[in-house]
Amino acid sequence: MQPRTSDFTSSLSSIAQSAQRRTLNFVFLLAALALILAVHYDFLDDYIMTILMLMGINIIFAASLNLVNGYMGEFSCGHAGFMCVGAYVGSIVSLGFFTGRFFGASFFPPEFAPFLFPVVLLAATLVSAVFGLIVALPSFHTRDDYLAIITIAANFIIISIVVNIDAIGGSRGLQGMKRTMNAMRQVLDIPWMLVWVVICTVLCITVLYRLMTSTYGKGISAVCQNEVAAEIMGVNTNRVKTMAFMVSSGLAGLAGALYAHVYGYINATNFDILKSTEGLVMVYLGGMGSLSGVILAAIGFTLLVEMLRFILPAMNDFLHAFSLLPADYSLNQVWKWVIIPLILILLMQFRPEGFLGNKELTHVFPRLKRWIYFK
Amino acid sequence: MPLLEINGLTQRFGGLQALADFSIDIDEHDLVGLIGPNGAGKTTVFNLVSGFYRPTSGSIRFAGTPTLGLKPHRVTALGMARTFQNIRLWHDLTVLDNIRLAGYCSLGYSFLDAVLRTKRYKDAEQSIRTKSLEILEMMELGEFAQEYPKNLPYGLQRRVELARALATKPKLLLLDEPAAGLNSVDVDDLIRHIRWIYDEFRISIWMIEHQMKVVMSLCQHLMVVDFGRTIAKGTPLEIQSNPVVINAYLGDDVL
Amino acid sequence: MEQFIQQCVNALQWGSFYALIALGYTLVYGVLRLINFAHGDIFMVGAYIAFFVSTTFLAPDGLFGFSREMTLILTIPLTVILTSCVGVTIERIAYRPLRRRGAHRLYVVITALMCGLVLENGNLALLGASRRTLPELIDKQVYKFGEIAVTNLKLWVIFAAFLVFIALHLVVTKTRIGMAMRAVSWDRFALPLMGIPLDKVIVFTFVLGSGIAGLGGMLFGMSYPVLEPYMGAMTGWKAFIAAVVGGIGDIRGAFAGGFLLAFVEIMVAAFLPSTFRDLFAFSILLIILWKRPTGIFGLPLTTKI
Repeated sequence: MQPRTSDFTSSLSSIAQSAQRRTLNFVFLLAALALILAVHYDFLDDYIMTILMLMGINIIFAASLNLVNGYMGEFSCGHAGFMCVGAYVGSIVSLGFFTGRFFGASFFPPEFAPFLFPVVLLAATLVSAVFGLIVALPSFHTRDDYLAIITIAANFIIISIVVNIDAIGGSRGLQGMKRTMNAMRQVLDIPWMLVWVVICTVLCITVLYRLMTSTYGKGISAVCQNEVAAEIMGVNTNRVKTMAFMVSSGLAGLAGALYAHVYGYINATNFDILKSTEGLVMVYLGGMGSLSGVILAAIGFTLLVEMLRFILPAMNDFLHAFSLLPADYSLNQVWKWVIIPLILILLMQFRPEGFLGNKELTHVFPRLKRWIYFK
Repeated sequence: MPLLEINGLTQRFGGLQALADFSIDIDEHDLVGLIGPNGAGKTTVFNLVSGFYRPTSGSIRFAGTPTLGLKPHRVTALGMARTFQNIRLWHDLTVLDNIRLAGYCSLGYSFLDAVLRTKRYKDAEQSIRTKSLEILEMMELGEFAQEYPKNLPYGLQRRVELARALATKPKLLLLDEPAAGLNSVDVDDLIRHIRWIYDEFRISIWMIEHQMKVVMSLCQHLMVVDFGRTIAKGTPLEIQSNPVVINAYLGDDVL
Repeated sequence: MEQFIQQCVNALQWGSFYALIALGYTLVYGVLRLINFAHGDIFMVGAYIAFFVSTTFLAPDGLFGFSREMTLILTIPLTVILTSCVGVTIERIAYRPLRRRGAHRLYVVITALMCGLVLENGNLALLGASRRTLPELIDKQVYKFGEIAVTNLKLWVIFAAFLVFIALHLVVTKTRIGMAMRAVSWDRFALPLMGIPLDKVIVFTFVLGSGIAGLGGMLFGMSYPVLEPYMGAMTGWKAFIAAVVGGIGDIRGAFAGGFLLAFVEIMVAAFLPSTFRDLFAFSILLIILWKRPTGIFGLPLTTKI
């Protein structure tokens, strides 16, 4: 048992703590600014910038999935479907606003782009959140593996709906979102997309952190750990599930809208079950129900995937140099998709709760508590 | 007007009659016991009253409101809380969080408040926290606030569950075998706590219990069910000498 | 009318494939309460095994140089056996350790899903994206009944599906090991106490399920000329839908569900663009799981407090 500190010292230390936390926020802010400036003045090349943006998108994607798979203990494996909704809605709104592709003429002159882009993101988030209901409503009656199937079905359904709508490109995909970016650049020449990704990532983490530290959000953990008790103790389990699924899919939609604008081209098949699997790998790598774990895992996973891009050819050369491979065979990028599922299989065998489990970084390294604070 | 009025409650599961024509009135500030052999339908009564099952027929009125068809969390919001025969705590949340979550139905803020950290959110969380800590102190659990229930001994887990039920500010507390699995020291503690709750909050308590020590020292009225039927009602002393009850517990051939 | 009957015949053939795979899903689920998501890819592996076995046997300058009839006769059992081996291997290295440790069901499901991906992409990575065609092992004959054309292969496929179903039904209901299988699904923990070797029963289940999927893969390869690594993914999902529609865990349900789903799909494809087929299939799945999770033939479950 910890010795009880007097009220005075504890309040002092809490003031010190909050001051330090504020410093930390300030450091983060500076770091983000430095990053953006570095990109702006070409200290970092476009490739690194793309990886950084992808990292941010992956963080949003994985952290939102973690809300359902980690905190609520359900098993959603169709999360990419909601990303798909967000990507398409974001693209449609953006193209409609600034290029006149969907509504005849463009609604707004391109100078408005930087101010209206949040509207694009918001639209994507809200519509995806509504699509989250596809999964949320069945979850009232169904749990576990059956709910997992429903999420997969939802993923397939969303993709085949998109493929069947010719107006948004059907199976050919949709492009032209770079024009919105260029419009923004005309107003002010800074790396806009990176700015938006950083803002959205911070926003997403803040929302999830604040949600899960509030009593309101802890209802999600209660439903996960004992649904009967939650219902009896006055938690409206159906509403909690709806809320969790909608927040989760809404944030996935946000990630999708960012993705669409980073790459300037989307296709429904980008958001199939493989993409969902990526999300699962990140969540289970980091630890279900650990926000800091998932953020680290998303960063690590993005780096790993990018590294495989170089490692596989290097391996190929290496193995060929020692004639360990038949001469007519070369290791190609498909191996990436063997390695990623294998990681998850091994993870399930040896550490199914992920690297951090449901602990936060501050539990593992208590000294960090002075800087960041997870409840 | 009684706090809880149950009339002609009947429940069938397929061909099995789990409960037949069960009626009871519980007044305000009353301590009633429900006893009976295993499988007699006692927990079914609680499941029906708290809204988990929908009865085949019968009526339940709680605090003047008919509760039939209400979902459990609505019934809880009306002022009824319960504990479980097998402990159902949230084992990966701290004891304090367990208690805090009991205030869920009277939270009074929305998703946006939580995310934006509005004043409403801060006030609500502050008051929930203070009240939860108060309840923990009252139940002599203050030092375990930051522990996880799974790490606590069984007796303390029972007490945490009791505290959690109390934190919903109930008018009626349903206790489903609160003494099951407790040793005699724990049982004495439990009796003390229940009596204290009963006196301090002036609420009604309705408990299912097997241990005669608990029932006899606490309850003012007793009800005995067997095979879904009510076979006796009365004060503990009357019940103790009632031949029908002795029959139900010990079998026909004892007398 | 003729067209309708023709479509029905097509649906019967298409349904046979679904039914053959769905049987495997339902067997494993019935015994282990595990959705073996790798099963669709076992079907794919079966088709590839059939391809390699038959080309090896047929190759005129090769070791064997068998005739086509001989090849067919030898390929069927070999495919079934080798595919069973693949299924059992997955069970052995991926599922069993988890089961021994008493891991949560979801972990096993994730593992199954990932095993499927490894099989698909491993195949693609090893064999490349080139599509392969199973050599023709029997002469194609077309029987004509008025306007309706039926190939002998179609009849064989349908016949094989029914034969397998009847055999499987007999195995599960009449034999000792079948009884053990049903007992496992009832209470897995009491079983070893009764002296029934749990692992043997489970291995047997995987042998049956994978073998049937292997046969299905071979028949599929004979009916449709294209083998590709992802052929098992979508077919597997559809077969899984079929199993759920019929009430997963129930052999008759899976069999009937396979034909039902094939019928719906063929009819949708006949009247709407074929891209709508998947949309319909998955929407059916969603609605059934939502409204009646235990399928058409299954009994509703109740939660206990």
